[in-house]
Amino acid sequence: MTAALRCQKLVKKYGPLTAVDGLDLEVRQGECFGLLGPNGAGKTTTVEILEGLNEPTGGSVEVLGMRWADDERALRQRLGISLQETHLPDRLTVEENLRMFRSFYERGRPVDEVLEIVALKDKRKSWVEKLSGGQKQRLAVACALVSDPELLFLDEPTTGLDPQSRRQLWEVVLTFKAQGRTVLLTTHYMDEAERLCDRVAVVDKGKVIALGTPRELIASLGGEQVVELATAQPTRAEDWADLPSVRGARRSGEGVAVTVDQLHVALPAILSRAEPLGLTSLSTHQATLEDVFVQLTGRHLRE
Amino acid sequence: MNAPPPTPARTGSPLWELTMARMRLFFREPGAVFWTFGFPLLLSVALGIAFRNQAVPPSLVAVVSPGLQRSLAADARLRARLLAEPEAREALRTGKVDLVVLEGPPISYLFDPARPESRLARAVADAALHPPGPPATIDRPVTEPGSRYIDFLVPGLLGMQLMSAGMWGIGYVVVEMRTKKLLKRLVATPMSRGQFLWSFVVMRAVFLLLELPVLLGFAWLVFRVGIKGSVPLLTGISLLGALAFAGIGLLVASRARNTQTVSGLINLVMLPMFVGSGVFFSTARFPDGVQPLLRVLPLTALNDALRAVMIDGAGLGAIGGQVALLAATAALTFFAALRLFRWK
Repeated sequence: MTAALRCQKLVKKYGPLTAVDGLDLEVRQGECFGLLGPNGAGKTTTVEILEGLNEPTGGSVEVLGMRWADDERALRQRLGISLQETHLPDRLTVEENLRMFRSFYERGRPVDEVLEIVALKDKRKSWVEKLSGGQKQRLAVACALVSDPELLFLDEPTTGLDPQSRRQLWEVVLTFKAQGRTVLLTTHYMDEAERLCDRVAVVDKGKVIALGTPRELIASLGGEQVVELATAQPTRAEDWADLPSVRGARRSGEGVAVTVDQLHVALPAILSRAEPLGLTSLSTHQATLEDVFVQLTGRHLRE
Repeated sequence: MNAPPPTPARTGSPLWELTMARMRLFFREPGAVFWTFGFPLLLSVALGIAFRNQAVPPSLVAVVSPGLQRSLAADARLRARLLAEPEAREALRTGKVDLVVLEGPPISYLFDPARPESRLARAVADAALHPPGPPATIDRPVTEPGSRYIDFLVPGLLGMQLMSAGMWGIGYVVVEMRTKKLLKRLVATPMSRGQFLWSFVVMRAVFLLLELPVLLGFAWLVFRVGIKGSVPLLTGISLLGALAFAGIGLLVASRARNTQTVSGLINLVMLPMFVGSGVFFSTARFPDGVQPLLRVLPLTALNDALRAVMIDGAGLGAIGGQVALLAATAALTFFAALRLFRWK
């Protein structure tokens, strides 16, 4: 499969600060690719370089087989971009905003159709300032969809939205992807990455530290389940690694997080070892990309 | 469904959509509408009232003898009060009278030469006490349209209006779009940057056609301020002025990162022209040394051209210099803005 987007050894420095530190990516056509990482990991800087809105200090970028320096006009016609914060004019209606964006493209979708996709048909005559956060965000995505893009960039599309608005936006992305189009999105929500992305690059400090499908990344933990526990007496992660069916252990907050293959095998052993130490809390959950991130960096995504 | 849906031609031209967006945003902002249309009218009313042509009030004179009072009362331009000398001096000192006349001989005038009213009262009283022979001159007070303060003021207000609307309406709005990252979003589309800037210029040109009849119609209805020269020429000059200040507005907005910076820049550009370009009083009041500087200010050129057409009925030939200066300002600032503009 050909690459929709490729960047190699991407570097961006702001004075002494290195925001992007030799980042390689390849996004295949027709996939939804996620950049997952905490705030300040360099996701937005990376995406803005890929979108041709920021100049890299070093490295190469190729989008739809073209380069920004040579083919900016042609490229812009084929992309849809939703920035992290787009403040659209407050006193234009939903429809007026979309019409304006539509007019910039030679080809694209009719405004009505896009309104339908993002479920804003009954808000078409409303001023932007009257919309809820979720509706504004869907309008921002709609402005990216009017060009009927081959490649859609979404920078933290659901940050700050309520659960229902997030699900509505996910539907929009999944519908777009179902048409065989390519999506590059950034997020610091692991559930969003798991739900939407075919492949995920975990980014930290301007570098890709893990790459794969969400399933592969979670599988790299060695177990599907995570047991988190805390004890009254101090305990070290190493004390738990040798128990049956335990694949790994690490510190987590005040206690320890143990990655487990088979919960019914590991749990009795964990409990009996925890008993003399004075067990104060214990919980289990299905392993997520968050656990992958913590495993790799020792930090949480939302820190 | 894998087949992309049909993709019909674009809805409207980008320039049309951008200009319409500018217009809608303007008319949906009541404050902006007031400052553009209401404020110049209020200003012209206030100044028209303050500087209206009125009968000269009589000069107030204090005298110390009934004989003097009789002599002076014969002149309608004087109002003489009989006071004892200390009270009369006190009245002069506190500005209640303009002149004190003391019995002679010789008759003496007490007055303050620094006060114009005082000097006037002295001259009138002197004339009343020493009647001249047959008049060698006659007085013809001037109140004809064209020579009043309001006739001078209205073209100046029009010029000032074109300047503020261009500077605030474009400079401020553009920088606000930059701080809200809307510019960045627009640059992420294939939108033509020239068309984006041009939409502001088109907007100013269209608004001019609304502003002009409002202000001039009002000035005619209320103050009978007429247009002696050609209306199309006046419209053309105003248009050129609007374009020149649209260009300057774009230029001040081209680099500013926040609205505070651009507000400062706008004031910095406008203030010298408010004062030095003959909006409220003639530029002739400034010393000869600074006249060449005042001549090259765009607002001076605009005001001079507007006054020449409105008051003197000048034709294009008489204002060629001003027209050329405005056209050059418009063109140079627009292209400079396009080059310098910070889009991201």
